[in-house]
Formats: sequence, structure tokens, C-alpha cells
Amino acid sequence: MARKRMIQAINEALHGEMEKDDSIVVFGEDVEISLFGDTRGLKDRFGKRVRNMPISETVMSGMAVGAAAAGYKVVCHMMFGNFMYTGFDSIANQASKLRYMTAGQISLPIVYMGVFGGGRSAAAQHSDAMHPMFMNLGGIKVALPATPADAMGLLRASIHDPNPVMFLQAAGRGGESGEVPDEDHVIELGKASTVHKGDDVTVVAIGAMVRPALRAVQKLAGDGIGADLIDPRTVVPLDSAAILASVRRTGRLVVVDEARDMCSAASHIAAVCADQAFDALRAPIRRVTVPDVAMPYSPTLEKALLPNEASISEAVRQVVGKPVPEDV
Amino acid sequence: MMNTQETNFSDEQMLGLYRDMLRIRLVEEQIGKDAKAGNIPGPVHLYIGQEAVAVGFCSQLTDSDWIASTHRGHGHYLARGGDSKLLMAEIYGRETGMCKGHGGSMHVADFSKGIIGANGIVGAGISITTGAAWAAQLDGNGAVGVAFFGDGAANQGVLCEALNVAMLWKLPVIFVCENNGFSEFSPSSTVTAGSIVDRAKPYGAAHEAVDGNDLIEVWQCAARAIKRARGGDGPTLVEARTYRQRGHVEAEASFLGSSYRSDEEVELWKARDPIPAFAKRILDAGQATRAELELIEQDIVTEVAEAAEFAEVSPYPDPASQDTNYMFA
Repeated sequence: MARKRMIQAINEALHGEMEKDDSIVVFGEDVEISLFGDTRGLKDRFGKRVRNMPISETVMSGMAVGAAAAGYKVVCHMMFGNFMYTGFDSIANQASKLRYMTAGQISLPIVYMGVFGGGRSAAAQHSDAMHPMFMNLGGIKVALPATPADAMGLLRASIHDPNPVMFLQAAGRGGESGEVPDEDHVIELGKASTVHKGDDVTVVAIGAMVRPALRAVQKLAGDGIGADLIDPRTVVPLDSAAILASVRRTGRLVVVDEARDMCSAASHIAAVCADQAFDALRAPIRRVTVPDVAMPYSPTLEKALLPNEASISEAVRQVVGKPVPEDV
Repeated sequence: MMNTQETNFSDEQMLGLYRDMLRIRLVEEQIGKDAKAGNIPGPVHLYIGQEAVAVGFCSQLTDSDWIASTHRGHGHYLARGGDSKLLMAEIYGRETGMCKGHGGSMHVADFSKGIIGANGIVGAGISITTGAAWAAQLDGNGAVGVAFFGDGAANQGVLCEALNVAMLWKLPVIFVCENNGFSEFSPSSTVTAGSIVDRAKPYGAAHEAVDGNDLIEVWQCAARAIKRARGGDGPTLVEARTYRQRGHVEAEASFLGSSYRSDEEVELWKARDPIPAFAKRILDAGQATRAELELIEQDIVTEVAEAAEFAEVSPYPDPASQDTNYMFA
């Protein structure tokens, strides 16, 4: 184990995988200099297997499909997740469907990378959490690592996976550090992580929401409220079994998601639990999400919209019926 | 127009090319009849009149080359050596189709034949082929990618993006615009400004316009573009000017309130049909007799009848065994 920053873990995973497998190529916007640091150094080491693209998302997302169909394992870096909307045709109509519509004739090992989420005054067109949109496509896996170790393990698994995977990094969290195993750390896609244990309530938090959720449940433990904190790590495949098992034990559920509320990962997880564990529920399910508005620029406005430790704590207290005492 | 002597095609080559075009025509005429009879579940877009383009290019490709086809893709599939039985079965929605009834008429892709998707999204094959051409360049195996698309697709922004990156990276890719005069139900002139072939100019990419109804002219243009691509000299944009003899989609008259072209225009282009013109060239040059051409036609008629029979007797996919595993490998 060694302490590493998130971006360092991602960078090492890319270096390590490209070193082992000549069929891996990395291309995208500014991957040679690397805006975020995740692809830094790859050009010097791997030469023609690493290429800057013009700012042309429409052709880029489709080129990933073509190169993958022709035998390469493709990492397509689209920089900001919002730019995936610009290149959405080949993601939604090609990458997610070509295998199915040709009855499994091909597999498409593509990792689309991009950062998501707000918190840095990047404003409406650089701050979306777009994972719910990909969840609805059907043929795309979606990974949202919350720790450096998970970032390394999930990225390695995403590159190994024969299917298209969205690897979404929480924007601005690249500098966060954590313990990372040394060698070939791989995390199977579709396996949730139980980050904290407790019997009163299940908190499911996604991506960058895991950190504030952990702070919240740690403090609540001091007030006698025990919470399971589950990080699904991938929302496709979704480890429903882990979430349902916890909800069946605790009888309560709070889902924290940085996406807008309507048709979010939170609303899907809430629906799955309402469908399959209704008899175990002792309180209404609560979702802590972003309201259905565009992300504003000003820090005061932005902060008010994003889920945080306080809003997560409040939701947990509500479902366990232990509101904050008046005198606190 | 080149005469046959200048092309130096052997009799055998000429007959092969004739067979390839006629095979597409007769298979599609059968599909057209089947669509009219209500035997085909989905929309059908026929390639009739454009056969010289698919054959001119595909007859020169190898197994390691890639093509991307379109919603009007039966011709490209057959020109790549696709099996007419599997094609008909797919269009009929049967389990025995090359996509086991999951794709249908607009998506007759067979990756084993180098067909990297047949796309219902207009222009989508352009980016996919550009990516496959990048793969070919990395492989260094001399393979090329050929993206077929229509004049409607030339108005998708992705063509500009692809020309830019293909020229910048000198990718072995050929963009073949089959200008058949119509962007679905709109005459090209009403939706397309300027000249499509000239769209390569600002990128410094090679470009050629050809008579898409003249197989020899298309073949020679394809030979030059393929040579350029295999030789590392980058992309070519080809505009093959041809004509869509049928509607955008079969049976369109039943739902369109009015017509978007005159009968005279259609007749004018039928008189310029690429297949009889090619037959005449063969006969005039004495490269075959009429009887030999008829023999080829009889062969194909038999093949088509067998393909239609195969499709008709094939089972539909069983919903109970619906394999959602096709979603993920």
C-alpha cells in the first residue's frame, strides 16, 4: 500500500495497462499535455498509441467505436463530461447498440473518460453529473470511483472489459489522496463497497458524494445513529443485491447523488428498493440530489445546490426519526 | 467516358463486375416485391440505380479492409460478398439472418465481411470508418476504410470533423458520397449548398467527382483513392453522382401527400441505368455474348428464388429465448 492522489492512481493505471497490452490506445482532447494530469507522460512512453484530437467530439466518439471494432482497446478522453453530449450520437446510437443489433458479432472495448460534477464554479456547461443518461442507454457500463484505490481498480477493470465503459472522475477531486494497493489492483465492475457499517439506516452515495456522506455517518454514529454507507462504485452494473440486503436489515434508505433529481441514479435506486424491499421499509425513502436546475457559477449559489454533509445528515435524521435537537 | 479497351479489363473481370451489379439489382427487386406484398416487417430503402458505386469500390477491397454502410445498405453488403440468404432472412426478421433478426434492413452488417456497421443514423459511418482507418494505420497492414454515405449525410457536421482529422493524421480512409439526388424526401438542391466534392478543398484532401452510373469510371476513381490510402497519402473524398430510382423508402406514396419529383426525371435517369449501360459496353466490345449475359442472369434468378424461399421458411426468433447478453460481451 502507498498513499496516492486520485489522479496519480488513474495515471499509474493507464501506464501499467498500456505497458502490458500493446493494443491499448489513448486519444482525446489534450491527452498529450493532459489538463487533469491523468494521461500525463503517456505520449513520451507510448508514442503513436497516444494522440491529441481536435476538439471534434462527434467524430471522436465514433472513431473510438471504429478503432475498437477493428481490434484496439480504446481509451477516449472527452475531457469534461458535458462534452460527451456533443459526441453523444456515437455513444448512444453506436457504442451502446452495435453489439446487440448485430447479434453479438463484435465486442467494443472502449473506455470513455471525462470529469463530472460541480463545486468549482465551472458553471452550467462544465458541471453536469451525466451518469443517469448513460444508465438509460442499456449497453454502456458506468464507473464512478470515489477513492484513489477504487479509481485505479475500476479503471483497470474498465480497460479489461470488452464493453464500452464510462469512466467518470469527480471534477476537482484529483488531488484527494488515499491508500492504494501496489500491484495490479483490479476491482470487478458491479461490486459495491460498504464504506461504513451500522444498523439503523442505509445510505447509498455515488461518486464524489461518498466523502461528505462518510463524514455525515461518522458524526451520526456519535449521536447513536448507526448507518451502513454503500458506494455502488458502478451504477451499471448496479449491485442491487448489496443495497437490498442492507435495506432489508436497516429498513431505511437515503440515496445521495450529485445528479439532478429527475431520473437520477438516486431515483432508480429508490425505485428498486421500493419495488423489491417495500415490506422491509420502516420510513419513506429519501433522495438527496441536485434540484432540476442548471449549475450556477457563483460559489454561494452552487454550494446551496450540491448535497453536503449537513443535508445528508438532515435526511438521515429524518428517516430514523431523530431530528436535530432544538438546542444543538 | 473511357472505352473498354482503355480499361484493360479481362472478359472474366467484366462479367464478374456485371454479375455483382445485377445480383444487387435482382435481390433488391425481390425485396421490393416482398415489401409491397407486406411480407417485410420494417421500412426498406432500396439501392436500385446506385449499384455501380458499391461494386466499383468493393470489388477492389480485401478481407482486411473496412466499409461502413448505410440504411440503404443491401448493395454494399452484397458487393462485399455477403450471402443473399442471410440478407433476405434478416430483412424478413428471421432467426437465420446475419444479425438473427436484431438488425433488419437498415443494419445488414457482417463484421466477418469487413462491414463495420450499416447505419440508420445518417452520416454515422463516417466517424466509425475514420476510427477503423486509424486502427489500420496503427497496424501498418495497408488496410483501408471506405465510408459510404449519401448527399444527405454530407450535410452532417461530422464530415468536416472527419476530413480534418483524417487529413491531419493522413489516415487511409475514403469518404464516398453517393449523391443520389435526394436527402430523404427533399431534392438535394433544396438542402445542399455548393458542391459536395469541394468540401474536401479547405482541408487539402484529395477529391474527385465521378459519374456514379458508370462502373468503369467509379472503378478507376476507386483504384486511385485506394492506392492513395494504402500508400500513406491520406484520405480522399469522392462524390459519385448517381440517382435513386426508387423512393427514399418503399411504399412512400402511401403516406406522402404529394410527390417531390417528376415522372419525367425518373424516366430520364432510368435511361441512364448503370446495368444495361455496362451490359452494352461488354457486348459492344465483344467481351461476351448476349447468351452469356443471360446465363449469368438465370444464375442470379435462381439464387434470389432460393434466398427468398430460405427467408420465408426460416423461423422467427423466439421471444422466450431473447438473448439480452448481446447487450454485453
